[in-house]
Amino acid sequence: MALTGVLRPGHVALRVLELEPALKHYRDVLGLIEVARDDKGRVFLKAWDEHDHHSVVLREADEAGMDYMGWKVASPATLKKLAADVEQSGLATEMSWIPAGEHPATGERFRFTIPTGHVMELFAEKEIIGNNCGTDGQDINPDPWPDGLKGIAATRFDHCLLYGDDLDGTVKLFTEVLGFGIAEQVMLAGDKKFMIGAFLSCSNKAHDVAFIRQPVKGKFHHASFELRSWEQVLRAGDILSRTKTSIDIGPTRHGITRGETIYFFDPSGNRNEVFSGGYIYYPDKPTITWYDESLEPAIFYHDRKLNEAFLSVFT
Amino acid sequence: MKHTVTIENTGETFRCDEQTNVLLGMEQLCRKGIPVGCRNGGCGVCKVQVNKGQYAKRKMSRGVVSAEEEASGCVLACKIFPQSDLEVEVVGKMARAIVAQQSASSDSGFTTTMKTNKPEEEK
Ligand code: FES
Ligand SMILES: [Fe+2]
Repeated sequence: MALTGVLRPGHVALRVLELEPALKHYRDVLGLIEVARDDKGRVFLKAWDEHDHHSVVLREADEAGMDYMGWKVASPATLKKLAADVEQSGLATEMSWIPAGEHPATGERFRFTIPTGHVMELFAEKEIIGNNCGTDGQDINPDPWPDGLKGIAATRFDHCLLYGDDLDGTVKLFTEVLGFGIAEQVMLAGDKKFMIGAFLSCSNKAHDVAFIRQPVKGKFHHASFELRSWEQVLRAGDILSRTKTSIDIGPTRHGITRGETIYFFDPSGNRNEVFSGGYIYYPDKPTITWYDESLEPAIFYHDRKLNEAFLSVFT
Repeated sequence: MKHTVTIENTGETFRCDEQTNVLLGMEQLCRKGIPVGCRNGGCGVCKVQVNKGQYAKRKMSRGVVSAEEEASGCVLACKIFPQSDLEVEVVGKMARAIVAQQSASSDSGFTTTMKTNKPEEEK
């Protein structure tokens, strides 16, 4: 297998103020599929083209934001090795093992806090329940997409953008310990070695997670879900307007990653994105660099200016 | 039934009915004054201090409004519904932006918050 180590973002756990409106949003508007609930009242969902049991976890709480993000790694042996590497690096704090079954249909998870204050998890095992496209059994003679999709019908949970203070520590942990590459970076023009944004990839995607330096700990900017075409992003905009969902900006294009995008908010104020496009990243692809003086087109390529909300609105 | 909401920082007033949250009421009339963020009680940028009047409220994130603040009328405009005329003062973290907007200044120095932990800040 050519892709080893950390394979992909496996789940994001979000806090919502009220469960029912959140479910309406994530299930009926975004089009995720409800897979399970547990005795703690958490709801587990997946996007239609994901094979693993779940990728989004919702929990009712007094405060909006992200509890943690989980990463699927290649094997149980890889999990043990990466956990040991993280521990040894001295870059992570509050490390613990979450027993198998704490998330339904999921093996044990190694949990740790990264220098920007976000809680991350690694896991190797999650039950494969498939994408329901097979016509003669799972993955046998599949149709291109299944019946019964709802709303925007995003294909997968794709990445998060997170805000935090110690960007250098977090980037070091992701690149030197977890094996991510820096697909794109934003640097200060006045000090070309000072990084203010990092778009990191563990795969062929333009990013699997991104961080922007802000004087906060553990903050959540958005969770992004993938669509397969620009036309689908436009259709998402139609659905968001029809359902009177709070739209932040778009449809438009990001300079960074070239993604076609729309930003919007769940009923608790957590930002979501659906996007399409981008490019194929390889570990030997040169890193793209932006300087802060070009930050506006880097973020919103058409407007060429930041909306006030981009830096101030997060949970 | 409609009530008059006054934004003390700018003197702006608009009419808002009892079923509509104050932020949406403002937006629907294309009025400005209270910064608009998530519109859903999570981000805190629409935070106002209600200095006068009665309102109903819905759940707001404890990450941006403490129980003490909520009890003292420091609340999110997107989660309060006027039950009488209201006088509010914008206190959210974008409050400064209102003044900047009014003086048509576009130089917000947006990267300053991105220089956290920068060893020496060149002037
Ligand atoms: S606009 Fe985000 S809390 Fe009101
Ligand atoms: Fe994104």
